[in-house]
Formats: sequence, C-alpha cells, structure tokens
Amino acid sequence: MLEQVLYVLSWIMLTVGGFFVLVGGIGALRLPNFYTRMHAASVTDTIATFLVLGGLLLQAGLTIATVKLIAILVFLLLTGPTASYALANAALLSGVKSNATFRKVNGKGSKSGAGQETSVNQETDASQETSASQENNEEQSK
Amino acid sequence: MIIIFAVFLLTLLVITAIAIVRAENLFVAVMLMAIFSLLMAANFFILDAADVALTEAAIGAGVTTVIFLGALSLTAENEKKVELSRGVAMSIVTATTLLLIYATFEKPKLGDPEAPVHQHVAPWYLSETPKLIDIPNVVTAVLGSFRAYDTLGEVFVVFTACIGVLFLLSAKNPADKQSRRTPPESIGLRHHLIPKVVGRLLFPFIVLFGLYVQFHGEYGPGGGFQAGAIIATGIILFALLEGEKTALAAVPHSVMMAMVAGGALLYTMVGVVTMFMGGNFLDYSVLSSNPVFGQQMGIILIEAGVGITVCGALLAIFHAFAARENY
Repeated sequence: MLEQVLYVLSWIMLTVGGFFVLVGGIGALRLPNFYTRMHAASVTDTIATFLVLGGLLLQAGLTIATVKLIAILVFLLLTGPTASYALANAALLSGVKSNATFRKVNGKGSKSGAGQETSVNQETDASQETSASQENNEEQSK
Repeated sequence: MIIIFAVFLLTLLVITAIAIVRAENLFVAVMLMAIFSLLMAANFFILDAADVALTEAAIGAGVTTVIFLGALSLTAENEKKVELSRGVAMSIVTATTLLLIYATFEKPKLGDPEAPVHQHVAPWYLSETPKLIDIPNVVTAVLGSFRAYDTLGEVFVVFTACIGVLFLLSAKNPADKQSRRTPPESIGLRHHLIPKVVGRLLFPFIVLFGLYVQFHGEYGPGGGFQAGAIIATGIILFALLEGEKTALAAVPHSVMMAMVAGGALLYTMVGVVTMFMGGNFLDYSVLSSNPVFGQQMGIILIEAGVGITVCGALLAIFHAFAARENY
C-alpha cells in the first residue's frame, strides 16, 4: 500500500516537475525582456529540479542512490539561484533596463542605447510598437 | 529508448554546432560551446562511457569555458567581418560532409557484438583485468596499465601544451611597460556577496570530490585527468571569487610549475623504477612481491602523476590569461 502511494506520488512529482521545465522553457523564449526571461529560466533551476529529483528520490528508495540524489539536489538548490542572481546582477551593472524589450530572439542588434534607435525601423510591427512604447517610458522617467 | 535519447541529443548537438558557427558575438559562441560540451558529455554517458563523460563535462564545459572567457577579455567581443568569398570553404565543407556520411554506411551498428572493436583486444582486456590487476573499472586498468605508454604520451602532451601557452603569453609587449597598473582581476567579486558566500561554501566540497574521483578511479568512473580538472575548477572558482592575487598566494607560480613538471616526472619515474627492479618500462608487476598488488600500486602512482600535471597545467594556463592586461 505504502509502496503504491509512494509510486503514485513520485510520478505526480515527476510530471509536475516536467511541466515546470516546459513552462520555464516557454517563458525563456516568449517573455518580453531579459529579467522576465531569466525569471522563467530560474523556475527550471529551482522548483522543477526540486520536483524531478524529489520524484526520483521516492523511486530510488533507501539506497546509496538516494544519498547521491540528495547531494545533487542540495548542490543544485545552492548553485541555481546563485547563478540566477549573478546573471541578474551582471545585467543590472552592465545597464540592461528592465523595460527594454528584446527585438530579436537571436539578438543580432546590439543592446546598447545607441544602436537601439537606429535599428527600430528595421524590426517587425509588433516589436516596433513595444520599442516605441518603451521609448515613451524612458522619456516619462526622465 | 536509449536510441531515442541518443538521436535527440545528437540533433541538439548539430543545432548547437550550427548556432556556434552563426554566432557573431564571441561570448555567445563560448557559452554555446559549453552547452555543446555538456550535450556531448550526456551523449558519452548514454554510450556507457562514464569516464569520458566526466572528462568532457569537467574540461570541456568547465575549465575550457573559463579559459576562453579569459582569452576573450583580452580581445574583442565580436567576430571580425571577413570579406573573403565563402564558395571555396562551402564546397570543401560539403565535400567532406558527403564523404563522412558515405563512410558511415560501412560502420557497424551501435552495440553490434560482431563489430571489429569488440573482436580485437577488448575481450582480452575484459577477461584478463580481474586476474592481472583485480580492479573493477576496466577503463582505468587499460588506461593505467595495459596502455600506460599512451597515457604517458597524453601527459606529455598536456605538459608540452602548458609550456607552449606559457611561452606565448609570457612574451611582453615592450610598448606598454608604463601601463603597469593593478589588474582589475585582483579585486575579485568584492561587491557580489551571494556568489562569494556560496562559492566559499562549495569550494571545499569541489576539491573533496576531485580527490574522491582521483582515488576512486579504480572502482568507479574517474581518474587523474578528471580529478585534475575538477580540482583545477575549484581553485579557478576560488580565484574568480577572491581575486587572482589571493589565489596566487594560495597556489604560487612556483608550486604550479612544480606540479606540471612533477606529475610527468612521477609518471616517468615509476617506469624507470620498474626497469631498475627488473621489469619492462611501466610494467608495475615487479613493484611488489605480489604482482597484482604491484599493478594496483603502479596505477595509483601514475594516476596521481596525471592528476598533478593536469591540475597544474590548467591552473598555469588560467593564470597566464588572467595576468595579461592586453593582447
């Protein structure tokens, strides 16, 4: 009975963990700017890792594999958020604005302020609108 | 199921490779190469080559990325525009690709027991390792004992590569002698408290894991190459967090040089000692009255030599890059 409960629980954790990985991936692709994208990616680092490894822990039972999985879990839970923090901090220090939108997914244009205005015209309609609104925001904040 | 995973990973590898070629920002290219190495390591692991996977992950994704970033900090961030026509290059690449694809038609299938690689010396290694060396990891037995000459050659490749890089990077540009200010690396990540605290917390465990990989290589995946890379990664992390000066105070240049030369020397000396004791070069059986124990002792000694050289070489190369102000 207990075994079956653990089995079901582990698969629930694995499935939900997989769902969060998927959500993190979609978010990292679709969200509008650097910080929101990073937020989505860090979901994969934390809750998804926790759930997937937790599910595996329940399947492993009490063996040496459990100890190793716990070690990996602790390592990832320490390093994942630290890496996210370091990334966000580096972005903040190098001047990435939170309201600056990505104009192209594979980032051919430079993120510097000078290149932004010149390259706006070449972009698609949707990103033109966002860039325009972002320029408005910048003016308002000034 | 494994095949699906392997095909998935190989597809991702091809996508990553194309992305590396297309990337114009060199930082992006370096990050993609780290991803490439990690995917490659996963692939090796699927093919049951855990030792190679460990090496690829530690060196390819870990140390090489840091060294590339160190090199990039000395040069430009973006790729130079090349005006040459790409027709010749494209035709050569296409021809080579077609040739390689043609060559794969003759290859045996994955895991085919009739494949030549499984018919040649591999069965002998598998059947004789328990009798002659008595360690569970046959890879270590092959690497350390049966093919010890090859491994000695590899150690000297690392040794020579390290000397070459140090020669290239220690050449001083006479024009900028005046601009000798304190390099920015010496500050470390003073203003980044969280990475520093977490890094300090992890550093002893990374080194401990490196030692485990070093001395557990006879029983599980691992050995000198992986352990040297892991320990070097730990010390490079320390250097990134605390500043280059602090790391150099902990592991000075003289110690690094002694490690690079001493590891290779230790390996060679084991071979010389076996010759003096009446055996062939690198035939460890004569090291002890019990030949099996002699083999194990020899493998532990040469693995230690490999680990010391790899660790010292990676550290020396990292510091050589970090110490330069410009190219």
